[in-house]
Amino acid sequence: MDDAPQTVYLDHAATTPMLPAAVEVMTTHLGDVGNPSSLHASGRSARRIVEESRETIAQALNCRPGEVVFTSGGTESDNLALKGLFWSRHDADPSRVRILASAIEHHAVLDALHWLAEEEHAEVELVAVDSRGRLDLEQLRASIERDPASVALVSVMWANNEIGTLQPIEDVVAICATHGIPVHTDAVQAVGAVPVDFAASGVDALTLTGHKLGGPYGVGALVLRRELTLTPLLHGGGQERDIRSGTLDMPAIAAFATAVEHAVKCQPEYAERTTALRDTLIARVTEVVPDAHVHGDLDDRLPGNAHLGFPGCEGDSLLMLLDARGIECSTGSACSAGVPQPSHVLLAMGCDEEGARHSLRFTLGRTSSEADVDALVEAIGPAVERARGARS
Amino acid sequence: MKVVAAMSGGVDSAVAAARAHEAGHDVTGIHLALSRNPASYRSGARGCCTIEDANDARRAADVIGIPFYVWDLSDRFHEDVVEDFMDEYAAGRTPNPCLRCNERIKFAAVLDRALALGFDAVATGHYAQVRTGPDGTAELHRAVDGAKDQSYVLGVLTQEQLAHSIFPLGDTPKPQVREEATARGLLVADKPDSHDICFVADGDNAGWLREKLGERAPNHGGAIVDAATGEELGRHDGTFGFTIGQRKGLRLGRPAPDGKPRYVLDIEPVSGTVTVGARDELTVDRITADRPRWCGAAPQATLEGTVQLRAHGNEHRARVTVASTGVEIDLLDPAQGIAPGQAAVIYDDTRVVGSATIVATARVGAPA
Repeated sequence: MDDAPQTVYLDHAATTPMLPAAVEVMTTHLGDVGNPSSLHASGRSARRIVEESRETIAQALNCRPGEVVFTSGGTESDNLALKGLFWSRHDADPSRVRILASAIEHHAVLDALHWLAEEEHAEVELVAVDSRGRLDLEQLRASIERDPASVALVSVMWANNEIGTLQPIEDVVAICATHGIPVHTDAVQAVGAVPVDFAASGVDALTLTGHKLGGPYGVGALVLRRELTLTPLLHGGGQERDIRSGTLDMPAIAAFATAVEHAVKCQPEYAERTTALRDTLIARVTEVVPDAHVHGDLDDRLPGNAHLGFPGCEGDSLLMLLDARGIECSTGSACSAGVPQPSHVLLAMGCDEEGARHSLRFTLGRTSSEADVDALVEAIGPAVERARGARS
Repeated sequence: MKVVAAMSGGVDSAVAAARAHEAGHDVTGIHLALSRNPASYRSGARGCCTIEDANDARRAADVIGIPFYVWDLSDRFHEDVVEDFMDEYAAGRTPNPCLRCNERIKFAAVLDRALALGFDAVATGHYAQVRTGPDGTAELHRAVDGAKDQSYVLGVLTQEQLAHSIFPLGDTPKPQVREEATARGLLVADKPDSHDICFVADGDNAGWLREKLGERAPNHGGAIVDAATGEELGRHDGTFGFTIGQRKGLRLGRPAPDGKPRYVLDIEPVSGTVTVGARDELTVDRITADRPRWCGAAPQATLEGTVQLRAHGNEHRARVTVASTGVEIDLLDPAQGIAPGQAAVIYDDTRVVGSATIVATARVGAPA
C-alpha cells in the first residue's frame, strides 16, 4: 500500500505547479480585507494591488494596462471574446453573421461557437489544418474573400493544446486586417512558452490563464484592444470597464501577475531547456518503442509538448498502466463521462479513429527534469507491450 | 492479487470493491461506460450508465482509496447485448440481457482486458458465491441472502471465467451491506436498487422496442386470438409488447365467457399472432433448451436437481437430460408462463451446474 511510486508529472499542459513566489504573494494577500471597488483606505489598497498587477501583465505582454480584462480563466475569456465580439459586431452591422475558426480549437472555443450557431444564428466555419496541425491559410483567405463583409470575427489559437503545433497568427492577422476583421487568439498554452507580444502580433483579443503558467486556478485575462467594443457576458457592478462585472479576486490576480511576469521573463531560457528535454524524451521513447511516432509539427511546436502515437495500443490502457507506475500523462482529448473520445484535433489532421485512439500526450514544464524522462523511458516499453496484448 | 472491481455507481459494487481492497488485494476501480449517449441525469427508473452513476462510482473509489478509470465498452455492449435483445424480441422470444451482459461483457470483454493488462481477477457486487470444489475447480453457489441471490444471471459463466471472478458479497444479507456502506462512509448507501433493464431508461420496454426495432420486426401489428375458439379478440401493434404468461395490457374489449382473465400463451413472430387463453393452459412440465453453458464439467447424461426459469423465480425440482444439441428438462414441479429466450439455470442444491436457453415448452399432459 505504501510503496506507491513517486509521481512523475508529465501533464503540464493540463495544469502546471504554481510558482513558489506566486504562492507566497497569494497567501500573503488572502488575509487582507478590502474590496478593490471600495472607496476607503482598505479598498484603495486592494485596488492598488490589482492595478499594479494589471500593469505588470501589460508590460509582460506588451499591451496597455487598460487592455487587460481579468476573468475567471481561459474558458471565460474565450466565451467573452467570441460571444462578446460576435454580439457587438453583429449589432453594429446585422450582415456580419460568419465566424471563422480553426478546426482544432479547444472546446472552450468550439463549444462556444456551437452555441452561437445553435442559439444566435451565427454561421460558423471551421477552417482545415494540414497533417501537422497547421491552419490552412489559403482556405481561410478564400473563405473570407468569398464575402468579407459578412465575417464578424476570426478565432485561431496561438498554439494547440493537444499536439503543440504553433499557428501562423501573423499571417491570419495579415489576411484579416485587409478586411478590418477582428482576430481573437487563445494563447493559453503559448504565454511563457513562446514569445507572445500582443501589440506586435496585431491580434485584437487574446486569452490567457493563470494555472497554465505557474499562477493559481480560477484567474485569467482577456487582453482586448482598447478600440474594440464588446458586449459583456456578466452584468453587475461594472468592474473591468463594464466588460466583466464581479468583485475582483485580488490575491489571485496578484499571484497571476507574479507568474506571468516570471514566465515571460524566463521564457527564452525555459524554451531552450524544455525543448532539449522534450527532444530527448521523444528520441529515447522512440528508441524503446521504434514504431512510436510524433504527431504535429517538429519545428513550430510548443517546447514542452511530446504527442506520441503508439500503434496497436489503446491510449487509455497505456495511461492506466503508466499511472500505476506513478507516471502521469494524458490521452490529450476531451472526455465524456470519463471516456476518452477520439481527439477532434487528430481527426482534423487526417488521423483515422484508430490512430486518434492510440495516442498519449506528454507535456513538460518548469519543474520537469531528466529524471522524469528516465522514469518514462523505463516504464514505456513494458506498458506498450502489455497494452498491445489487451487489444482483442 | 491484482483485481479489477467493476463499479456501477451503486451500493453493492462499492462495498464489494471496499471488501476486496480490505482483503489485501491490489484493487483498481473500473466503471463500464455501456451507453453510447450517456444521459446526464438518471430519469425515472434506475439505470446504470448515466454520468451521475460514473461520478458516484468515482466518489466511492475515492473513499475506498483505490485508483479509478472508466472503460468504454459501449460498442461491444451495443453489438453483443442491445442488438441481441432486439433480435430476440423481433423473433418473438423474451431475452434476459443481464445474463448476456455477464456472458459477453463483464466476464468476457472486461475480464479479457483485465487479464491482458496484468490483473488476476474481476470483482463485482453480485450476490453469489465462488467456492473451491473437492476436485479443486471453482464452483458457483447461491448467495446466503436468498432474496438477493443473483446466481441465476451468472449461470452462463464457464470454469475459466469463474476461476477469475470474485463476489465479495455472497456471504452477506443485503441490509447488512447497506449498513456496511454507511459505516464505510460510502455515500451511495441509500441509493435505490436497480432492477430494470439498464439501457431502457424509463423502464418502458415495449415503448423502447417500438421505437428501436423498426424494420427488424416484421410484425408491426397482428391479431390476438383465442386459443380455444381461434376467434380474433383484438389487434396489437407489435409482438414485442408481449411475453408468455402476460396478463396485463392485452386490452381485449370482451371478457372471456367464463369471466376468468386471459393470458398470453404463444407468440408467432412471423404472422404476428398472439394467442391467449386460460391460466391453466400456461402450465408446462417439459422444457427444451439449447446453447448449454456448464460452470464446470458437463454433467452425466441425467441429473436430478432443480432449475430456476427466471430471475428471482422459484426453484422447480427437475430431471435434466443432457442431449447432443442441448438439454431436456422434465419438471417435477410444473411451472407457468415460461417464455422461450429466457434461461433455465440448473442447480445441484446450492451449486450452479450450468444454464441453457429455453427454446420450447410442452404443456402438462401433452404427448411427448
